[in-house]
Amino acid sequence: MIWDVHAHIAGTGERTPEEAMARLIVAADRMGIDRLVVCMGDPWAHDPSPAELVRENDQVLRALEHWNHRAFGFVYVSPKHVEASLREIDRCVRDGPMIGLKLWVAERCDSPRADEIVKRAQALKAVILQHTWIKAGGNLPGESTPTDLAALASRHPDASFVCGHCGGQWELGVRAVRSRPNVAVDVAGGDPTAGIVETAVRELGAERVVYGSDAPGRSFASQLAKVTGADVSEADRKLILGENLRRLLLPILQAKGIDA
Amino acid sequence: MIDVNVSLSRWPFRRLPLDHPEKLVAKLRASGVTEAWAGNFDALLHRDLAAVNARTVAICRRRGDGLLRPFGAVDPTLPDWREDLRRCHEDYAMPGVRLHPNYHGYALDHPAFVELLDDAGCRGLVVQIALKMDDERHLHPLLKGLPTTDLAPLLPLLARPNRPKIILLNALRNLSGEPLRKLLAAGDVWVDVAMLEGIEGIKRLVAQVGPDGILFGTHAPFYYPEAAGMKLRESPLSPEQAEAVMQGNARRIIPAS
Repeated sequence: MIWDVHAHIAGTGERTPEEAMARLIVAADRMGIDRLVVCMGDPWAHDPSPAELVRENDQVLRALEHWNHRAFGFVYVSPKHVEASLREIDRCVRDGPMIGLKLWVAERCDSPRADEIVKRAQALKAVILQHTWIKAGGNLPGESTPTDLAALASRHPDASFVCGHCGGQWELGVRAVRSRPNVAVDVAGGDPTAGIVETAVRELGAERVVYGSDAPGRSFASQLAKVTGADVSEADRKLILGENLRRLLLPILQAKGIDA
Repeated sequence: MIDVNVSLSRWPFRRLPLDHPEKLVAKLRASGVTEAWAGNFDALLHRDLAAVNARTVAICRRRGDGLLRPFGAVDPTLPDWREDLRRCHEDYAMPGVRLHPNYHGYALDHPAFVELLDDAGCRGLVVQIALKMDDERHLHPLLKGLPTTDLAPLLPLLARPNRPKIILLNALRNLSGEPLRKLLAAGDVWVDVAMLEGIEGIKRLVAQVGPDGILFGTHAPFYYPEAAGMKLRESPLSPEQAEAVMQGNARRIIPAS
């Protein structure tokens, strides 16, 4: 069972969300991936206005329409626009098919303005995927680091977070979130640098490591290889490839009556 | 498969799961690799490249299990670099050399680089140019500012009469579109797929530039070697295209030993 926590509809080269989703599924099938979590639209906005949040989430809803058996959606929100984000969570998660949140680079997630968003997500049992990176040349002004996410997670110990990209510089990322048991890391979006999965398993435990790709910008192949090529036990590999994500999503899937 | 992009010894900034030659060779064999062209991580920061090259040869011969073919390191900004090149060719019978212009601090319009290309071409040595080794966002703080090599000065050099066969390693994160097409169209230039990304990446690349300039490369042990092979699985190619990428093109560059 392979579930991918981190995919997008932008970048496939297709014209519509429906076509983009179909293209993703063809490639996913070839790699044996059973389920994709998709988020954000095409083109995506680094600092989306409320209207852009709606536009991008509408595109994901269209992409999901014929692929409910293969894909899940995470609603794109921004701490810059708390009220609009809460409306989108209600529209797409509470009243719609989505089961998680995606926060990107509009504002660092340790901002107090993220708290209301997290509380709404937690009330719905939704998982929160937060982009993180620690860039050698400096982050974008609103780009979160794993340390920012650890700060947010410490304020919401019962919410469930995924540290996107494991912070990019994963040796630093795993250290930053190590003390926060409600934070898992995804291995998506970086080069297939040997040792990422072994290090994450050693420092966090396999239960806190989740496969993701960041496709279509990244290949499913290079990202899967991080897990299939890692020197970990087969039991741990199964957890990382899909069982952990299923466990994280199970509360909201059950609450929404989604069979998975 | 022929893997044109592996490295020996240790990455300077972390231990890698496969940084023992025996482990690397075993994993490559298990992945279907029958021949691997090996440079050496030590070449990035060491100044004594003569010693690095001697070790590369020794490891390939004694611990390579017949799979590793050594590529020497030459830095044309070092004094008497021609002796390093001579040893690679005459003493070690290497098929080629691997250059690291960004780590060694020169651009491709440096006069000594041009001389090196000419000398290597006259000797029939293949020249691999490693454009980068790691994502620039992840560089150690002491390497902050390490440039990615600009390939623009290379194109006019390809018209020189003694140019060698040139393989651009780890190029496809920064090289695409028209600049890539022009380099490949100049002839005797190839790229490897180690840093190619995006779904169905090899299929899309073949559609853009054809299969003849594309080589299989893993960038192991820095990368999980499985990644490049899985990219082939993700990209449906014709049997002829797949054969060209996996080994045919490489074999045309360097015959079997």
